[in-house]
Amino acid sequence: MNDRVENTMIQEARHFETDLAVIGSGLAGFAASTFALNRGIRTAQAGNTGAVAYTTGYLDLLGRVHNEDVCPVTDPWQGLRQLRQSQPLHPMARVSEDDLRAAFREFTSFISDCGIIYNAPGQFNATALTPAGTLKPTLCVPATMQAGVDALARKARCVIVDFKGLRGFSARQVVANLKDTWPELRAERVLFPEMETGEIYPEVMARALEVPAHRQALAERIRAVVGDAEVIGVPAVLGMHNPDLVMAEMMRLLGRPIFEIPTMPPSVPGIRLREMFEQVFPQKGLVLIPQQKVDKVVFNADDLQLSLSDNFGPITIRAKAVILATGRFLSGGLTAAIDGIREPLLGLPVTQTASREDWYHLQYMDKRGHEIHRTGIEVDDKFRPLGENGQPVNDRLFAAGLILAHQDWIRGRCGAGVALASAYKAVEAVQELLR
Amino acid sequence: MVTHSSTTRQTTGRRTFETEVLVIGGGVTGAGILRDLALRGIHGLLIDKKDLCAGASGGNHGLLHSGARYVSNDLQSAVECREEGEILKRLAPQCIDNTGGLFVSVEGDDEDFAGKFPGFCLAAGISCQEISATEARQLEPGLSASTRRAFMVPDATVDPFRLALENVAHARTLNESIYRPHTEIISFDIEAGIIRSALCRDNRSGEELRVIARQYVNAGGAWAMNIAHLAGCRDVHLLYSKGTLLVTHDRLTKRVINRLRPPSDGDILVPGGTVSVLGTTSLRTESLDRVLPTVDEVNRNILEGAAMLPALAHTRYIRAFSRVRPLLQSVGDSDDRSATRGFALLDHQSQNLKNFCTITGGKLTTYRLMAEKAADLVAGRMANTTACRTAIDPMPGGDACRWTEPGASPKYWYQAHNTEDTILCECEMVPQSAIDQIIHCAPGAEEDMTLEAIALRSRAGKGPCQGSFCGIRIASYLYDRGYYQDRTGLIHMRDFFNERFKGQRTVIWGQQMAQMELAEALHCGLLGLDCLEDVCQDTPENE
Repeated sequence: MNDRVENTMIQEARHFETDLAVIGSGLAGFAASTFALNRGIRTAQAGNTGAVAYTTGYLDLLGRVHNEDVCPVTDPWQGLRQLRQSQPLHPMARVSEDDLRAAFREFTSFISDCGIIYNAPGQFNATALTPAGTLKPTLCVPATMQAGVDALARKARCVIVDFKGLRGFSARQVVANLKDTWPELRAERVLFPEMETGEIYPEVMARALEVPAHRQALAERIRAVVGDAEVIGVPAVLGMHNPDLVMAEMMRLLGRPIFEIPTMPPSVPGIRLREMFEQVFPQKGLVLIPQQKVDKVVFNADDLQLSLSDNFGPITIRAKAVILATGRFLSGGLTAAIDGIREPLLGLPVTQTASREDWYHLQYMDKRGHEIHRTGIEVDDKFRPLGENGQPVNDRLFAAGLILAHQDWIRGRCGAGVALASAYKAVEAVQELLR
Repeated sequence: MVTHSSTTRQTTGRRTFETEVLVIGGGVTGAGILRDLALRGIHGLLIDKKDLCAGASGGNHGLLHSGARYVSNDLQSAVECREEGEILKRLAPQCIDNTGGLFVSVEGDDEDFAGKFPGFCLAAGISCQEISATEARQLEPGLSASTRRAFMVPDATVDPFRLALENVAHARTLNESIYRPHTEIISFDIEAGIIRSALCRDNRSGEELRVIARQYVNAGGAWAMNIAHLAGCRDVHLLYSKGTLLVTHDRLTKRVINRLRPPSDGDILVPGGTVSVLGTTSLRTESLDRVLPTVDEVNRNILEGAAMLPALAHTRYIRAFSRVRPLLQSVGDSDDRSATRGFALLDHQSQNLKNFCTITGGKLTTYRLMAEKAADLVAGRMANTTACRTAIDPMPGGDACRWTEPGASPKYWYQAHNTEDTILCECEMVPQSAIDQIIHCAPGAEEDMTLEAIALRSRAGKGPCQGSFCGIRIASYLYDRGYYQDRTGLIHMRDFFNERFKGQRTVIWGQQMAQMELAEALHCGLLGLDCLEDVCQDTPENE
């Protein structure tokens, strides 16, 4: 940075007073703020952007359970009952079925109201498409992906259209891997309007489709290859801020349903969620300081204080309660060193294996999943982190999301489940504390 | 397309290949033998149960020894290294980076050894120039502040994959000699002291093949003893020494850095393009299978290496790998490091076989000499009097072989300046045109190409993401091209990630942990490759 500019920049210390501070801007952090807002709790959210941009847009409750063998889950609620038996320490095992249903309903209805429509959680997992042409069980999908779930279910006459220059997404790949069970599926490729040469990026395409003229042009090109297809699948690029409008417009122009398939991360549906929260939360009165790492938390007798800083200077947030939703390794909530795993912000004890040798099995795709994912911090039923002595570290400290121990969100396909369940319960406990 | 060899399908349905010489083992030695024979006009078929350089040839520092490493305990090896190093620098410069090397001692190292070192080098004819510790740290700023003495030697680095590929490619050009990967020797058909044919299995398809040749060469490296046993030979005696090495994310030095002490753990750091390779440990092992790095070996290498270069304690590692060195057994050896690093050529006359020989031991630097000795024996047995040409003729550079060179891919891509040629591997800048070329004409690509095979013939998957992203992109590109038409591509993807993981498992901490978490979320959480219902049989775990 230019010294002169820095010197003339006004460095002003800013201070916020609030009831709840949420640390972390991943799914768990956004969910915690959502639940807090709905309960009228004054909230400030800060902390690194989490891995939201790496999500597909699918909200998984539970896709696999590990009993004697690893089984796909059709009814996730039934799966949760099994989970309570087989993995009683799993964070979701601490949350009642009613609370989990309520958490999913509340969260999906909030984001739907804010402009990204999601289906409400049902009784069964949907079978959703992936860019590799494999299938994924998930509970809630954005409305822009729903027609894909339906088309797959009834094996509709369908064309997957991809774009020249978009790496890692091949319509032919999707078709090659599904054609045995879905004979009416075929692949086409078109040039994306005004991005005809070289490599193209989903985020740029999505923003382009916010503009009606671009939608017109793309619809013309798709129309040329659509043939007798009843439904059209495309990579997830249907708009950034108004995906449902973009989808509806494309549907009108093409005269048939169109749906999105997630792309490789960072993918548009994740970025959409992040941008939506960043826009909506401040409008609803929440103090949001994303993209900045919280440096320090100090607990006092009656409150606590967070310290962080941005380009404009230091920031302090004083709150009555704090929810730690800093995620795992990718988001920096946990760090792995050559000799062990640590929780860097508060130095909380991390449940882990005795040696690095035990972090991973020998086989990458080992069905049991790797021990490293089950490491994390311990909490009680109020989602208060526990110290070495097994007692809550502080009555004002709560934790939510993937930082929690005893869950393998990757193999369990339960990332959103863990985030929403723990955020829901943590906010409930915060509300009780504030009362 | 085959002139010297012919393929026939007998009534049993088993294919038969005919050639003059069957060479077993696709390490650099086997590849070198194929070329050496081809230069003498002899047609060969080279087979490997996996692929090129799957054993020790591909699992070492990539150090072209000046010989200085061996001056104190193995003078003959030291001299051979010096001579062979000079030949390769002259004739195969495309495979070599003439970095130069340093031997450094640090506080606490044996002063007496350092004192004797220049004399040892002199005896082996190896150039060795002492410089002050200050000068050494000017040349290599990463060296420890406690560096005591430093000597410059003519060490260099060599890309074994490119070397093997160039040998095979040249042999193919010369007389259509053939390389066939994933082809394992099962048994020999022996009659009256003569091997009549060899029964092989294609490990991809399970198909059995018969190979009829006049001469059979066992260049199986660490597996040479097992292969000799198949022919009833009991005169090959090998010790197996497991070595574990680490690959750093960044290149830490310009030169090869050796610890100035008798060979021990973690005392050589070799640059290779954009990375450095640290090693090695040495552990006696009985088994050739499931040779994987352990956390303990990784930690030991880092601890020892950091004494020379403190940055090794906190630098980012992207990979660890282990291979078995075949050491020739002699009576009374207690320490594998003092066992000879020389090689042996066995003609198996004492085993009553007239057309079989075994070449093993040795090291990457002396591969050409080993190939020459084996080819001399074979040619002599075939009454071919053409002399060896590999110490005279330059190694031609093949276009399809050039993608293994670190840093080469971005250069070609940039020069070509074709915006339509999308980069598929971002870490190493491998474009789709490289993948096309490898599939079309890289050695061993004739029948079937997997992601693993593409990675072996290029830099794809060698960067910090270790293939977790480019594996997906390359697969989807191959689907696009129609190369994959069913679930085979998914299975290849899964196998490729499994294979890359073996090298990542023990060095996952720091930034690599975040990388790995993202990779697994993508491969398993999103794509579900952990639950792929197999359409083919699982390949047996053989490493």
